[in-house]
Amino acid sequence: MDEGLRNELSRQGIFTTTLEDLYNWGRKNSIWPLGFGLACCAIEMIATSMARWDLARFGAEVFRPSPRQADLMIVAGTVTKKMAPQVVRLYNQMPEPKYVIAMGACAISGGPFKQGYNVLKGIDRYIPVDVHIPGCPPRPEALLHAFMTLQRKIDEQALTGEARPRHLKADAPSEFPVPAFGEHDLEPANNPAVWSPPVVNR
Amino acid sequence: MPVNTDPYLFVFLLLLGAVAFALGPLALAWVWSRCFSPRKPGADKNAIYECGLKSKGDAWVQFKAEYYLYAIIFLIFDVEAIFLLPFAVAFTGLPVGAFVAMVIFVLLLVEGLVWAWQKGVLTWK
Repeated sequence: MDEGLRNELSRQGIFTTTLEDLYNWGRKNSIWPLGFGLACCAIEMIATSMARWDLARFGAEVFRPSPRQADLMIVAGTVTKKMAPQVVRLYNQMPEPKYVIAMGACAISGGPFKQGYNVLKGIDRYIPVDVHIPGCPPRPEALLHAFMTLQRKIDEQALTGEARPRHLKADAPSEFPVPAFGEHDLEPANNPAVWSPPVVNR
Repeated sequence: MPVNTDPYLFVFLLLLGAVAFALGPLALAWVWSRCFSPRKPGADKNAIYECGLKSKGDAWVQFKAEYYLYAIIFLIFDVEAIFLLPFAVAFTGLPVGAFVAMVIFVLLLVEGLVWAWQKGVLTWK
């Protein structure tokens, strides 16, 4: 339906929508995050879900203890190399459609512990991250902003066509390879399907 | 309203409406997932545990609690002491029969102690 007709109808008091919009509207307002915190950012995440910042306004107050019931993984904190396989496995156990918010400097890049031998330099090396939040730790407002960004992203997803999201493509993977402990590092060191080392131009 | 209408007919109709109200969204969700979402099962997704760790071995193992050892040693060291105290207090005025009965009782428990000692239960490992 073209925009002019829709405007004309709404002026007459007739609300029109598409199945796609309705579907995404429902989806974006009922995101259930996984109750999952790794470090200090988790405290900010908990604060966000409580009365002062009130994540419930966005329909996301239902933190699920099981990945099978969760839509969103908020990677809140430092991902050590010992923890990374568990994070990826939890992500694999979540049903599609699933989203990831990498919260805080550690989750997006290793943060202040980037030089540490045991710290993963960003969870986006293994799983596709939808929204990155910088900050150490980010304020609850930053998490809310990331949440609204994710909602906008979900709202724009198409149900059909080539640009449809991963969960609607039969051949797109739902599970991502879980890294294993190698001799010196996690193997593989990253998932080439979602991340590749940045090219440095000198 | 016609006279011959069953008064419970409306209750039945409302019940039907209530059931449809409950099952309708579920059916819609099922149809929706059939039409749009391809199923993607996998080894991790079908795994039993949800803690992120890979389960090791079989969950159906036999667990040896050995509570009978606790029961025997409790009898020897706790219950026996309760009987020994009045026995010691009344010792001088006891007839021979009571004394023999008490000795048999203590010996029965000592047998349990010897058995437990031989089994190595008293050794701290």
